[in-house]
Amino acid sequence: MLKINNLHASIDGKEILKGLNLEVKPGEVHAIMGPNGAGKSTLASVLAGKEDYEITNGTIDFEGKELNEMEPEDRAREGLFLAFQYPVEIPGVSNINFLRAALNAKREYHNMEPLSAKDFMALVREKSKVVELDPKLASRAVNEGFSGGEKKRNEIFQMAMLEPKLSILDETDSGLDIDALRIVANGVNTLKSDNNATIVITHYQRLLDYIVPDFVHVLYNGKIVKSGPKELALELEEKGYDWIKAELGEIV
Amino acid sequence: MEVAVENIVHKFTKAIADNFSGGIMPENVRNKALADLQENRFPTTRDEYWKYTRVNRISTKSFKTQQGKISNIENLKIADLDSHVVVFVNGFFIPEFSDLDALKNSGVNLLSQGAEAKFIEYSTHIFDQLNQAFTTDGVQIHVAKNVVLEKSIEIIHIQTGNEVINNLYHSIEIERHAQAQVVMSFYSVDAQQCFTNLNTTIRVHDGAHLTLSKIQTEDNSNYHIATEQVNQDANSNFTINTITLGGELVRNNLNIRVNGQNCETNLNSAYILKENQLVDNHTVVDHRVANCVSNELYKGVIDDKATAVFNGKVFVRPDAQKINAFQSNGNVVLSNDASVNSKPELEIYADDVKCSHGSTTGQLDEKAIFYLRSRGIGEKQARELLVQAFVGDVLDKLQEPVRAHVDSILENRFGWQPA
Repeated sequence: MLKINNLHASIDGKEILKGLNLEVKPGEVHAIMGPNGAGKSTLASVLAGKEDYEITNGTIDFEGKELNEMEPEDRAREGLFLAFQYPVEIPGVSNINFLRAALNAKREYHNMEPLSAKDFMALVREKSKVVELDPKLASRAVNEGFSGGEKKRNEIFQMAMLEPKLSILDETDSGLDIDALRIVANGVNTLKSDNNATIVITHYQRLLDYIVPDFVHVLYNGKIVKSGPKELALELEEKGYDWIKAELGEIV
Repeated sequence: MEVAVENIVHKFTKAIADNFSGGIMPENVRNKALADLQENRFPTTRDEYWKYTRVNRISTKSFKTQQGKISNIENLKIADLDSHVVVFVNGFFIPEFSDLDALKNSGVNLLSQGAEAKFIEYSTHIFDQLNQAFTTDGVQIHVAKNVVLEKSIEIIHIQTGNEVINNLYHSIEIERHAQAQVVMSFYSVDAQQCFTNLNTTIRVHDGAHLTLSKIQTEDNSNYHIATEQVNQDANSNFTINTITLGGELVRNNLNIRVNGQNCETNLNSAYILKENQLVDNHTVVDHRVANCVSNELYKGVIDDKATAVFNGKVFVRPDAQKINAFQSNGNVVLSNDASVNSKPELEIYADDVKCSHGSTTGQLDEKAIFYLRSRGIGEKQARELLVQAFVGDVLDKLQEPVRAHVDSILENRFGWQPA
């Protein structure tokens, strides 16, 4: 589904990703962990197509298509979804209108008729249950005045509505209390299937108790330096990242 | 120099007068205005009141008085609005689209049919003087005590032809505890370089309510200057919504005197400009007495080489205590060649008041655009959604079906999908 090969990316001339490799297959959940400044959020932004970042080398292949030059909206229409670490507040644009526009843009891209208002509202009702989102929030302006937990649930609600092939959760657990975390994780697990895949970017092991990964990768200094089964996350939680740096031969 | 200036006004008025037969203003008003015009000149940007707006696009033309015809008012009348309709073409009343008896019963009478032009105020401004000298028609709306008008009064103004002036005068009087909604819309039908010059005087009596919604949507080659003089008595409520979409040069002078206590005054405006448009809103809210509230919200989106001007004055006179006066002007600029001149002014001479004003001019939030795009919404649509959202809180002040009518104009003009 996703093949990242020797990816180098920089912002304002500063190289952040320095030869990153990653392969994700349908049905898999990958966790990417790493210390602050390792390039975790950069990876998420580059995959989503944020224009501040420049890909200087390497390739990103998504479902047989080269992502490098693809517009962010086309990536989304192809089935890529980024759950933002800091979801943006958009005053004046209602969640409902925003989602209808997004869904119909995707359908148009795939030569499908727009959803009728009735079918759309039925879908909203069905999917808002996935993250126990108060239906009232759906009619409010996008993220405006939402609590931290509501914003993250709204991200997963959007994910449920858009049914992406590949979801990237960028520090979705940050700032969540345990109840909100459980609801968000539950939503992600409900949406999981053999045909889609998830990349969970996180600083803490805690989220991985709820969203259990098939693979854990350690991102450090712009590269994936270690990969392993889910137990690797526990080891990182216990020992921190210094032993990895030591393994890499760096002076700690 | 003086001689040359005089000649411009003389030439300008002569072109209008050529085909003008008397009009509807009282003789003394008209003669005074004609005499004043002899001494007057067009303003320049050295005049503070016109600092950002050059009127030479208007003053160098030769506008004529000329009746016009239109075949129907389809698409011009607001669909589903339960209203009494009055139609003017080039400043002349067109009887076939109106039910005169129904209008009379609602207190609407035509100046050209004997109604009195009430509340006329002497003015030093040249466009007011032109109006008083050359007004061809207008309505007198008089809503009697305790009457709540079920139907709106819908005044449709149409310009047609080439270099034609539309001089109109309306007076609106809402008596004690009466209530009315008036909608004024402005259109061009095959019009180039026409000029609408409208004066309206409004008196809202004790306990009365008036909502006036103006939809200015003439084609971009035309000009529009409107002046409203509003007087509010105690316990009254006056709301004006001004939606400005069309016109090469539009100047709105809105002067509101709040003369009685416990009044509410709302001024809302959205202007969405492109090409070479210049839209200038000058507002004055004069709080002369205590215990009143005013809310002013003016928001605009300016694209291409268009210019927006906002000058909003709020006066709080000595002893006008416990005034809550809020004013906000927000602008989003979509192109490097667009410009905004915004000047909010508060003059407060009372000490126990709550007043605020703010002015912002900026661009669309790039983070929000990326967020929308990351969900599959194309960049153009993302920008449109944000622009619509920006003026949305002003448009939300419009009651249905006026709102739906404005949405349909926006859809035709900008391809916006109704929110």
